[in-house]
Amino acid sequence: MTATRRFTDTFVVVLAMLAVWQVLHLIAGSTALPAPLPTLTYLLHNVTTDRFATNAAATIEAFFFALLLAYAVGLAIGVWMGAHRLSGAVGEPILVALYSLPKIVLYPVLLLIFGLGISGKVAFGALHGILPVALLTTGAIRAIPPVYLRAARTLQLTPWQTIRTVLLPAALPEVFTGLRIGFTVTLLGVLLGEMFASKAGLGSMIMTDMSLAQSEDMVTVAILLFAFAAVANGILLWIEHRLHRRV
Amino acid sequence: MTRVGLIRLAVIVGAIGALELACRIGLIKHQIIIPPSEMASALWTLLASGSVNADIERTLGIIVLVIALSIVLGFAAGIAIHALPRVRAALDPFFATYYAVPVFIFYPVLIAIFGLSVMPIVLIGVATAIVAMIIATLNGLDRVPRVLTKVARVHRLSRIKTAVTLQLPAAAPYLFTGVKLSVSYGFIAVIAAEFILSPAGLGRDIADAYADFNNRRMYALILFLLIVATLVNAALHALDMRFAARRSGGRP
Amino acid sequence: MSVASLPSREIHAQLEAVTRVFPAAPGAGAQPPVHALGPVDLDLRKGEFFAVVGPSGCGKSTFLEVLAGLQKPTAGTVTFEGKVVNGEVADGIGVVFQEDASFPWLTVWDNAAFGLRRNGVAAAEIRRRVDDTLAFMGLKDFARAYPSQLSGGMRQRVCIARTLVLQPRLILLDEPFGALDAQTRLLMGDEVLRLWRRTGASVLLITHALDEAAMLADRVGAMSARPGRFIEVIDTGWPRERDSTIVGEAAFGEITARLWERLRGESLKALGHAGADSMAAE
Repeated sequence: MTATRRFTDTFVVVLAMLAVWQVLHLIAGSTALPAPLPTLTYLLHNVTTDRFATNAAATIEAFFFALLLAYAVGLAIGVWMGAHRLSGAVGEPILVALYSLPKIVLYPVLLLIFGLGISGKVAFGALHGILPVALLTTGAIRAIPPVYLRAARTLQLTPWQTIRTVLLPAALPEVFTGLRIGFTVTLLGVLLGEMFASKAGLGSMIMTDMSLAQSEDMVTVAILLFAFAAVANGILLWIEHRLHRRV
Repeated sequence: MTRVGLIRLAVIVGAIGALELACRIGLIKHQIIIPPSEMASALWTLLASGSVNADIERTLGIIVLVIALSIVLGFAAGIAIHALPRVRAALDPFFATYYAVPVFIFYPVLIAIFGLSVMPIVLIGVATAIVAMIIATLNGLDRVPRVLTKVARVHRLSRIKTAVTLQLPAAAPYLFTGVKLSVSYGFIAVIAAEFILSPAGLGRDIADAYADFNNRRMYALILFLLIVATLVNAALHALDMRFAARRSGGRP
Repeated sequence: MSVASLPSREIHAQLEAVTRVFPAAPGAGAQPPVHALGPVDLDLRKGEFFAVVGPSGCGKSTFLEVLAGLQKPTAGTVTFEGKVVNGEVADGIGVVFQEDASFPWLTVWDNAAFGLRRNGVAAAEIRRRVDDTLAFMGLKDFARAYPSQLSGGMRQRVCIARTLVLQPRLILLDEPFGALDAQTRLLMGDEVLRLWRRTGASVLLITHALDEAAMLADRVGAMSARPGRFIEVIDTGWPRERDSTIVGEAAFGEITARLWERLRGESLKALGHAGADSMAAE
């Protein structure tokens, strides 16, 4: 199949999605769901408002710290479990089990510990992100062929040289996959946190909009978040493919 | 139990024990976390009282409905999309991005459209879980070895017989992965939806207990949901191990 | 050449001027049509063991699939037991593929019973034939095992057993030992000779291993680089009672050497070697 035809087909899918939106709008009515075209024009207006800017800044701030925490803790756990066989064997199934739990039920606990401010959101976002980062890092380190280590020894590399020139480059592509997935779920965690009992951030803005029946606001924020996540993921995927091709 | 299994058990028991101790000696305040033993006894009293039975039924009912819809419709959609390569190619970029975008952010939009009822919860649950099943079905059908279609022709099987006796079993491990993910995602999405905004249900109960500073009730309900989710995931994992043991290397 | 090695002159399967051309893929910038095979003529005699050797990519597997009825010939006619084969697998033909085609979700026993169950054979008869075949293939102790618990050679035996229970009159083997180590291949060769003698079926073996062809077959067809054609058919003259120990005989070396002499240039061509034509002319 040619690239142009694939592009056209994907475009047709986008049109079909807009058509479904239009039909839903006709069924639900303007107050519940605005039509696609007015919404998209409203989007340009919405992003220039102070309210949007304040909330977006709050979300970005919380997301930034949550991501930092998720990466730091996740990588630390991952390296430890990957390098130390017994810890990995003991810990991995526990992390896998935690990964598939509905973490939202732990949010009240975090709120009780950290309070309603930014710390609770950061902790909750990080809680989501730590697990995939840790699990994929563990896997990445374990998947390094032992022959690399033997080769490093025959080349008489120091432990530090071994880590920097052999282990790190060998594990990097898969570790990066963990960072990408961590990015996605941390964002989801922060937004979920904001949707519940928060006064700031895009998640809380959407909930307020819903209660005030400001559906245009709500839909534009959702679309912007979609676009942000999709573009970020696209960039991270692009880097990831390049890393994978190199190895 | 293996040595690793014993250590793992010791780690888990140790962690719970440490939490218990920290709560008992006042390192962690009672207003923040109650001791695990108290959580368990609170859960016991709560279940014995029967006061949450209606919510348990409602929530687990929605979860079962969401998972069943996702698996059945996702499998059917997967087969249909696999049969239409052009549709498949057009949809692939969306599947690749789907779990990277916070689909859940549409829950309030669904409430605005359908009102505060079961409907938005079921829809956001299915929206979260179904794509995993579609992707798994496509994956499974892609990986059916080409030689199997030749074997089918040597045995002169009809299309239906080929699908049922060869393609389906060959794709089964991937389908099962889809089932596992759908179960886990469906569970997570329904609880999250109930927690954030819902007329009733266990998620709503936890949110209410939190708002009422009723820690005993809140921790009892959290413990209940964590136990149910863990048991379900463990059961699926055990099933998976049994299938895998047959197929790869005969591990027990 | 001893007459005993060719039990019959009766033609079992026949290819007349068979060619196979893969049509050009539709759309712009696509590949041109590929002429994979032929024209090929072959009279396969009833009960004989025929091997086809040739360089990789020469159309050997296409040849087998056309004969099996898995592909339609572009031109020419294929007949099996007097009936035309045209893209449908005829009753009485069994095929064993190069890839591991054992079903990982079925036990060895159920793998072997697969074809009989589809054909609605009575349960007692299935049991008798499967048990018999598994015993013959040395798989009796593994009847309840799953293929993943077996070695590659044993898995290929499972595939052969699955074919044998259907009592095919023509058995087509498409490089069935390609993925196995050299010693296992010799032993599997003995197995194939044993089942060939016992079933009385005609066997057509596709292989890239000259020694395997020279050791197993009554006749060996040497195939040219693509498009594949027979450049020579060699009678080996082996007695029907034979096994892998014939690799020690002088005739074995001569046959292998002769095959290599005919195929060396073709193999170079298949490799895309610049001097292939001049070397083939030597």
